[in-house]
Amino acid sequence: MTFPAGTFTPRPGPGSPGRMLAVQAGTELRLALRNGEQVLLTLLIPVVLLVGLTLLRVVPLPEPRVAAVAPSVLALAVMSTAFTGQAIAFGFDRRYGVVRRLAATALPRWLLVAGRLAAVLGVVVIQVVLLAAIAAVLGWRPAPAGVGWAVLLVLLGCSAFGALGILLGGSLRAEVTLALANLVWFVLLLAGGIVVPLAELPGPLAAVAGVLPSGALAEGLRLVLTTGRPPAPAHVLVLLGWTAVATAVSVRAVRLR
Amino acid sequence: MKRYGRTTAVDGLDLELPAASVLALLGPNGAGKTTTVEVCTGFLRADAGEVRVLGTDPAGAPDALRARVGVMPQGGGAYPGVRAAEMLRVVAACSAHPLDPGWLLDVLGLTGCARTPYKRLSGGQQQRLALACAVVGRPELVFLDEPTAGMDPQARRLVWEMVGALRRDGVAVLLTTHLMEEAEALADQVVIVDHGRVVAQGTPASLTAASGAQELRFRARPGMDVDGLAAALPSGYGAAERTAGRYVVQGRIDPAVLSTITTWCAGQGALADDVQVAKRSLEDVFLELTGRELRS
Repeated sequence: MTFPAGTFTPRPGPGSPGRMLAVQAGTELRLALRNGEQVLLTLLIPVVLLVGLTLLRVVPLPEPRVAAVAPSVLALAVMSTAFTGQAIAFGFDRRYGVVRRLAATALPRWLLVAGRLAAVLGVVVIQVVLLAAIAAVLGWRPAPAGVGWAVLLVLLGCSAFGALGILLGGSLRAEVTLALANLVWFVLLLAGGIVVPLAELPGPLAAVAGVLPSGALAEGLRLVLTTGRPPAPAHVLVLLGWTAVATAVSVRAVRLR
Repeated sequence: MKRYGRTTAVDGLDLELPAASVLALLGPNGAGKTTTVEVCTGFLRADAGEVRVLGTDPAGAPDALRARVGVMPQGGGAYPGVRAAEMLRVVAACSAHPLDPGWLLDVLGLTGCARTPYKRLSGGQQQRLALACAVVGRPELVFLDEPTAGMDPQARRLVWEMVGALRRDGVAVLLTTHLMEEAEALADQVVIVDHGRVVAQGTPASLTAASGAQELRFRARPGMDVDGLAAALPSGYGAAERTAGRYVVQGRIDPAVLSTITTWCAGQGALADDVQVAKRSLEDVFLELTGRELRS
């Protein structure tokens, strides 16, 4: 007998929220680290840009170059993981029915989103540690007083880009999400204040980039990590504003499949 | 009731499913089976009417309800790159007292592919994983949407055995299928739906016995005059040649009728061969009720 009597005797009930969060986030984190395209986007490209922009003088930057490049690349890492990688993964997870599969269990909706964001934070921690270590080897010495502010900005960046990633990946078809998330990543990288500081961008573009999450996060990180001063209120407000808007729209627009 | 634009997908479906029983929702593609399951599991909101599952409105209180219900959605559902065992563990973690995922993979024959990414599992393996996900949380009520689609006969037998064990252990099971054999073998109650409406319901035995009609099938030389055969039989009996050389007589079959048929065949210089008296199968009932044309 394959199924002894009593095997399926009902004993339902929701799992503990902590365990649900840990297992879902842990699984999604492992999936992100196993996925070649995600690793290219979240780890390889930032590392190559960090080393390349520091050693090659393709973009005019003040010396020491690594002091400007490292915060920019940290901002890129956050955008890559929380927005582009997250949107693409969410889009394909919906396509493959896993979001509905999990929604059909006792897992509450808020935990479904929290699990995804926790996995994003896990990847960001790995990125920050790796990039900071490489930057240190390249001679980076961030202002110690700015490190705490930088952590705050990274968290705010994760929430703004994470909410935008959920919105994009949760409301459009997977292929459209894939195309848009990569396009937006590329445009913001070059023109959104990430590799090229706002001061070097043409006037109107700099004004636009300043109110984008990419510009606010990168400018904020460059400021706090080079001077040790707190971020400008505008940097924080822009990131909070994008978080609020994207969350509000997501609540209505995100579909389980 | 559930509408999509001007199409009414489900209209006035009354289902009652006691604990420790199996209800099969049987119908052709597009009959409204999946829509019914999605309304019952809270993924779709009914446009009119009342739905109560385990005493609660599935559209209103999904988290509390979902903790008590296991769902196998059509097409399964998993992260594209996830390994089979990882996926089952994620779903198991959502329940307070889950079955052992390792044991469940083993009995479902998935241990060999426990580390295979979901995308590379065969259709039947994906189905078995989806079934494991539906039952791992030890639910009171299980919805299985076409549980054996794409499975080989061995896997199908195993699923049937599992459905039987669920019922034995007190779980209520609602399954959708378009396999008559499956409904006949598993269900206490069969509800035949078409165009979103119930066209017949009852136990498999009552459905097949309902019309009381029987038929006799036999083989003989092709091209015999079936009208002549019908004329030789008492009034009310029908005779037809279904395919070349395969004949069917419909009506109550008794020894006198059988004798009339064989005698008539002898008169035609033909031997009635392979004679079978059959009760209508559920398939006959189904085709009678939902038509024989292919659905677009």
